[in-house]
Amino acid sequence: MTLDLILFLLLAVIAVAAAVGMLVSKNTVHAALFLVLNFATIAVFYLILGGPFISMAQITVYTGAIMVLFLFVIMLLGVEKLSGQDKLSWQVPTALTLGALLLLESGYFLIFRRTPLEMSGTQSIPEAFGGPSAVADALFQHYALPVEIAGVLLLVAMVGVIALTKWEKGRS
Amino acid sequence: MLPVTYYVALSAILFILGAVGVLIRRNLIVIFMSVELMLNAANLAFVAFARYYQSMSGQVFVFFVMAVAAAEVAVGLSLIVAIYRARHTINVDDLSEMKG
Repeated sequence: MTLDLILFLLLAVIAVAAAVGMLVSKNTVHAALFLVLNFATIAVFYLILGGPFISMAQITVYTGAIMVLFLFVIMLLGVEKLSGQDKLSWQVPTALTLGALLLLESGYFLIFRRTPLEMSGTQSIPEAFGGPSAVADALFQHYALPVEIAGVLLLVAMVGVIALTKWEKGRS
Repeated sequence: MLPVTYYVALSAILFILGAVGVLIRRNLIVIFMSVELMLNAANLAFVAFARYYQSMSGQVFVFFVMAVAAAEVAVGLSLIVAIYRARHTINVDDLSEMKG
């Protein structure tokens, strides 16, 4: 139990530090790499929580595909650093205050209203829980229609991206 | 497993960091990355509750969130490229034609 707690705290510190690093880094490439670290940490959390397949999907989809797309666009546009300063000087303190308020509010609900959440789940889970066959069973038996809809959504996104980035002749 | 409250608390912290990032950063790409961070925080809560209730539905929902996030990133980044082509900036303070 204590080993679990130490592991959780270590990973949580890494995840939060990576998120904060993403927020404060001036260079966009550094922000993207911090986000990759954060996603990898969350993938380890998925492993701890009994989702090996979803953990691997997190690595391949998020840190593999999505962040490479981000880095590719950063490289394509050459916008590692942004010039110019903030025009709205009051925005940062206001945003930080509102974020702190939201944190206090969620902390209040977690600490003082912890009715069913304070219980921890059972120690043992079924052997195949979260594995590829369990995921496929749930996806294609109970959620077959949403899978189809997600496929259509991805197709629409692909067509939309091609239409948006198509280089038209005669336009510079 | 650890109490599910721990995971929900971490998820809330990451979500709030993402929300603050959307508000304080002026770079369109970093704003977009903060939105991804918020989606991931929600996914962490989903997986924690899937473990708690021993139900695959929570994990399956994470797959749908990932699919939507992938579509969103593709469309959003192509929009950013289109904006950069038209305006040669991705600073959101400079994109203020609608201000009147």
